[in-house]
Amino acid sequence: MNLPDDISVKDVDVLIIGGGTAGPMAAVAAKEKNPDASVMLLEKANVKRSGAISMGMDGLNNAVVPGHSTPEDYVKEITIANDGVLLQKGVMTYAENSYEMIQKLDNWGVYFQKDETGEYDMKKVHHLGTYVLPMPEGHNIKKILYRRLRRHRVIVENRYQAIRIMKDSEGNACGCISINTRTAEIYVIRAKSVVMCTGAAGRIGLPASGYLYGTYENPSNCGDGHSMAYQVGAELTGLECYQINPLLKDYNGPACAYVTGPLGGYTANSKGDRFIECDYWSGQMMMEFFNELQGGNGPVFLKLDHLAEETIQEIEHVLHTNERPSRGRFHDGRGVDYRTKMVEMHISEIGFCAGHSASGVWTNEKGETTVPGLYGAGDMASIPHSYMLGAFVFGEICGANAAEFAAERDFAELDVDFITAERDRILAPMKRTDGIPPSQFEYKVRRLVNDYLQPPKVTKKMDIGLQRLQAMEEDIQYLYARDAHELLRANEAQHIYDCAKMAAVASMYRTESRWGLYHHYVDYPETNNEDWFCHVQLFKDDSGDMVCKTRPIDPYVVELDDNEKNAYAQMRVQQAG
Amino acid sequence: MPIASQISMVPVVVDDDKCIAEKGCRTCIDVCPLDVLWINEDTGKAHMKYDECWYCMPCETDCPTDAVTVNIPYLLR
Ligand SMILES: Cc1cc2nc3c(=O)[nH]c(=O)nc-3n(C[C@H](O)[C@H](O)[C@H](O)COP(=O)(O)OP(=O)(O)OC[C@H]3O[C@@H](n4cnc5c(N)ncnc54)[C@H](O)[C@@H]3O)c2cc1C
Ligand code: SF4
Ligand code: SF4
Repeated sequence: MNLPDDISVKDVDVLIIGGGTAGPMAAVAAKEKNPDASVMLLEKANVKRSGAISMGMDGLNNAVVPGHSTPEDYVKEITIANDGVLLQKGVMTYAENSYEMIQKLDNWGVYFQKDETGEYDMKKVHHLGTYVLPMPEGHNIKKILYRRLRRHRVIVENRYQAIRIMKDSEGNACGCISINTRTAEIYVIRAKSVVMCTGAAGRIGLPASGYLYGTYENPSNCGDGHSMAYQVGAELTGLECYQINPLLKDYNGPACAYVTGPLGGYTANSKGDRFIECDYWSGQMMMEFFNELQGGNGPVFLKLDHLAEETIQEIEHVLHTNERPSRGRFHDGRGVDYRTKMVEMHISEIGFCAGHSASGVWTNEKGETTVPGLYGAGDMASIPHSYMLGAFVFGEICGANAAEFAAERDFAELDVDFITAERDRILAPMKRTDGIPPSQFEYKVRRLVNDYLQPPKVTKKMDIGLQRLQAMEEDIQYLYARDAHELLRANEAQHIYDCAKMAAVASMYRTESRWGLYHHYVDYPETNNEDWFCHVQLFKDDSGDMVCKTRPIDPYVVELDDNEKNAYAQMRVQQAG
Repeated sequence: MPIASQISMVPVVVDDDKCIAEKGCRTCIDVCPLDVLWINEDTGKAHMKYDECWYCMPCETDCPTDAVTVNIPYLLR
């Protein structure tokens, strides 16, 4: 049976979805592994400027550099920051490859800060070890990646949103169904293996400003990958361990302690006092941040007004030209000058992100999801606290492993019924003549998330939230899009909707509190290691229901001393307490 | 179901005098991660068609004629 004419098909050996950080690296690695393989990088935006690092990055947040730390030190730090729940093997794989990746990027021309002797200029921000490497001139990183894609003849397809992963009769991933975001044409890519690099789910919650796109994450990362993985039957993990970040109020970008901390800046309460021991982002740190915000000493501020003029200029240079360069304009608009005023901070909306937290599509130390032939890297996967360098390391691992997997396989037969049914479903909002605008549907989902699902988590509230979300299932059939762009938003909104339900279901399943604010469950305020020292896996069961199960934690590769385990539990500065 | 059309103050502004879209330039449109810049059918110049902006600035940085200005969206200012 052939596909109808309005659906075009392309065959490639390896398909990479998402061309931000992990994706380009995965594509290059697949080509390096097998230069004869055809490799496609599919991107919703344009790989030249897509993803979290579109304008550059302020620094590596988790560089494991010999002489400063060992992979074992790093694994310990991340184990403690995650209250012990993690796949240590995965973090170890990252840590062992971290330095090599820095050198690779350095060779490619990415600029990292070096000291007088030419060594990497490492800074301490974490609670225990030294892992931050500034890259104040890191603007050109996307250009450098792009050059590599060209050199390796990766097939780049911009402005295609992947919507569903396809599976063959044996259950292997065999490509995806995507849509052109400007023409609404359906494009099927048949592949022998698939790597998902679709970034965080950053549009689940609503920023305090109410502006749908004023999110911490690049809003093109709306959870498409999480929803696709769920729909194809892959397991997701740790979704109850939300990402919540301390940010500049309203601007909603990093404040950013990793840049200012080593230069003497810090997070302070309204009295100008330090109240947290360590500005490294963790659930425990966020709990203290939240307590201070709610308590009489709020709001919380970034304090720089005590610093010398040259230091302030250095900070301005980094924060106002790199990563989130519109920040200076934001401050100018409000007359905020670091020299004279503390800068108001707030907490972000919730999200799923392995890059900063530990929530995402389950992947092991090889980057494999629970669906054969389907890999995941970066913020959408589950190797915790992986940040940019983790996205590169696991992008590389996934690309190479996916190329190997592809080499053993033939193309699967296309499931024409599935594809045509999906086409009809995907295009339906454009066939209608009126209905619910995607922006209103999305706003409502995200507002419900804020009202009922963000911490402090309460069973009764989450119950209501989930019920209200479930009732919105009815509304999907009325989504209305006037053009291809609105259709893109309608499809995104449905993925956001899936993610919102996942947040509720996973949070209610884990009946304890863990990870500080991330899973601060009021009905179960204590951490319960007896019953809950395990992963929570969320998946779609055979009857199509969203369910959870536990997964035991794999044996550690690095053991912790008893006195180390609580290092992150003592976040509050004692005298400010 | 009736649909209302609402006005919205968009954050990104293009200076029509500087924009050279008629010479085939599409740079800002190409780089925008949210695909919210399009050619204005009436003027032939680039403009912000959808108010869905991350104030991330590739459009302004990459424009060859400095025609684009990114302002902070009103709700955040
Ligand atoms: C504001 C900000 C500041 C940060 N600062 C730092 C820092 O200083 N140091 C550090 O180490 N880390 C930092 N991080 C974290 C780091 O940038 C991320 O962890 C990392 O870049 C994630 O890479 P990724 O490939 O997973 O996602 P991204 O680079 O965001 O790429 C995801 C890509 O997938 C595409 N996509 C999404 N859905 C689809 C779909 N359906 N079909 C096709 N394509 C799709 C998106 O358009 C995007 O290009 C920061 C993150 C943010 C948001
Ligand atoms: S990049 Fe500048 S010149 Fe080119 S279309 Fe956009 S505004 Fe016009
Ligand atoms: S600032 Fe970013 S999101 Fe806004 S129009 Fe420019 S490129 Fe697009």
